[in-house]
Order: sequence, then C-alpha cells, then structure tokens
Amino acid sequence: MNKQIIIDGEVVTYRPGQTLIQAARESGIYIPHLCYQPGYHAIGSCRVCMVKVNGRWASACTTLAAEGQVIDNRTLEVDAHRKQIVQMLFVEGNHYCPYCEKSGECDLQATAYELNMQEDHFQHLYPHRSLDTSHAEVWLDRDRCILCGLCVQASAEQDNKHLFTLGGRGTATQLLVNSSSGQLGETNISAADEAVAVCPVGALMKKQSIYSRRSGERTYDKTPISKLEFKA
Amino acid sequence: MSKAKLKILTSSLAGCFGCHMSLLDMDERWLELADLVELVRSPLVDTRSQSRCDIGLIEGGLCNEENIHLLLEFREQCKILVAVGACAINGGVPALRNRYSVADCLEAVYLHGLNVTQPQIPSDAELPLLTDKVYPLQEWVKVDYSLPGCPPPADAFFQLISALHDGREPDLNYVNRHFD
Repeated sequence: MNKQIIIDGEVVTYRPGQTLIQAARESGIYIPHLCYQPGYHAIGSCRVCMVKVNGRWASACTTLAAEGQVIDNRTLEVDAHRKQIVQMLFVEGNHYCPYCEKSGECDLQATAYELNMQEDHFQHLYPHRSLDTSHAEVWLDRDRCILCGLCVQASAEQDNKHLFTLGGRGTATQLLVNSSSGQLGETNISAADEAVAVCPVGALMKKQSIYSRRSGERTYDKTPISKLEFKA
Repeated sequence: MSKAKLKILTSSLAGCFGCHMSLLDMDERWLELADLVELVRSPLVDTRSQSRCDIGLIEGGLCNEENIHLLLEFREQCKILVAVGACAINGGVPALRNRYSVADCLEAVYLHGLNVTQPQIPSDAELPLLTDKVYPLQEWVKVDYSLPGCPPPADAFFQLISALHDGREPDLNYVNRHFD
C-alpha cells in the first residue's frame, strides 16, 4: 500500500524503499540536484538536493521516505542554502559560461538560474587544472568538472569500460583517467558513451559537435530546469 | 514624475566595452530613461563629475593598479555599486591569465611573441602595474547588485535602473539572468 509524506505542504505518496527525490519525481515535484540522476546510485555528494525533514537537514537523494516526514523543499531558507552550494561549486572550478561550449545545455548553469544566482559571492580559487584533448572524439576539461562522479558510474556500469575515477583529496580532488599515461587518447572511450552523455557540465564533451544550437534556442535559454525535469 | 533624476556613473575596467554597447542597446528606451536618470560620469558622455552618484555601473574586472584605484574611487562616489557583466562578476575572459604568472604572460607576449623585433618588457612609468591575478569587483569592494551576462541584455539594464528609480528591489526575470 502507498504511504504518504508531505513536501512543501503537498501530500506525496511513496513506496517503501524509495528515496525522497524518487518519491518527489514520481509526483512531478522538482528537487534541485546535480550529482544525482535517475538510474544512477545516489552518492549524496553535491548537497544541492538538501531538504529539511522535520526540521533537520538531509540529502533528498540518499534519505528514504518514511511515514510522518514533513519536508521543506523550495522554501526561501532551503533555496538560499542551495544557492550558496552552487556558488561554491562555481568558485571552486573555472566556470566561464560566456565561451563554454556547454552553455545553455549545462545543468550547473541551469541550477544557478533556477536558484536566482546572479553572482558568485565567495572568493574565486582559480585552480590550475589540466585539459585533456588527446582523444579524437572526446575531450576532458577539468576546469568545469564538479566531481559528481556520474561518468565514473556510467563508464563502469553502463559502458563497461571503467575509464574514470576520482582521485586526490579535498580541493585537489580530480577526475582521473584509467590509462597508463592518464590521457584519454589511450582509452577506448567513444563519443557515444553514456559517460559523456551523462556529464551535467562541460567537462566531458564530444568533439566536432560544439555550438550546434544558437543562443536563444538552447535547452535552458527560455525554460527553467524545474520545468524541463519531467518533460523527457 | 517629480522624483529627482538618478545620477549614474558608468565605467569599463578590465572589460571589452561590450556591456556599454548593451547599455546603449536600450535604443529608444533611453528617451524614457532620460526623464529618470542622468549620466554624470561615463565614457559615453563628456562630463566627468566627481560629485556623489546614485548608481555606479561597473563593467570589467580588475587587472591593474589603475583599475583598483578607480574602483575604490567609484565605491566612495556611488551609493549603489553594480557589477555589470561576467568580467566584473568572476573576472571573465581576462581571468584566463590567472593560470600563469604575470612574468610568464609578459615574456610570452613581449619577448617571445610572434613578429617581435625588439624584445623588451614595457616599463614606462605611465603604464599601470599589472595585478598578480585578474580579480572580480566583489573581491575588492562591496558590490550591491550584479547584472550577469556577456553582455547583460539591454532589458536587464532597464529592469535594474527602473526598479532602483522606483525604489523597488531589482529582480531580473529568467531570460535576463543568463551567464553568457
């Protein structure tokens, strides 16, 4: 039998074993998220899906729905915290939307728009990160990587190639490539791989397909990510 | 409209002047704004008033000591300071040099640059010293509002200025808060 939780005053039914974000999605309720994608294991690392469950913070992608939960999702308080997390993601990398090939199609940017972020607030780290253009079909721009780990999962479980892992610690954490030189060029990655498709930002990009849509005609140019979430 | 006209200052620091072009792109709406605002210090007009301003619209980040001196002066002069465009907000394209040292940049251009015939690093006293990094405005002064975009659309300028004139909190609608 279906059970119920309350999200922003709305009654939402869930099946035992579902996480908050899964239950919300089935009811057409958008909870902002970056490192979680349907079909992937939730690792709860980006903290963008944080909600308040009966007054306590919890990540919606790793918390199981349970009877009696009253959840704050799109309240001013919760969204203000989420905006700060997205701002920290921006200053921690080198995110230059004006010339980024992913602009208009980027989930990080779209989430910033959704949360009405207009500036970066925190001090920019301007980290020195490396660019890997050694492969014929795919390039890796670590400046834009938000370390969500989706490509790691996709490459291992869907592409069966095990090409990526996250290595290092703290702000030095980076996406590593599983080849003897550490370069993509030595791997059998393909532009059709799920690891490339699932990248929410412009870190893993297909070569020769960039700037294919005009400004104004791109996915998030006119429609917020919260409205597009359930269209697919 | 009996309210006094808002005094506006505009400036381009380490920017490309594209944001100023977008400001001009308001076209005939400038006729409407002419009743509400007055440009008192701007590259777009001849006057260079040092008197107190209501709004400072600052394009570009900070790449040299002159930029910083000017920004500190603008902050003193303006009641409300607005970071206009990507470069003012996060350094933008000029901040690409942040991954190199200033010495490496100067040497690459003036010593080893293509077609350089008399290699020397410019050191005239008139030239402002480059900062170690390109900084966004918010890392040097308090910024009151930001207009994102490269450039921000003309509509965004209009929304901001008319809201401030009317005493409303500026709020950019979805299409006017894009980062590119």
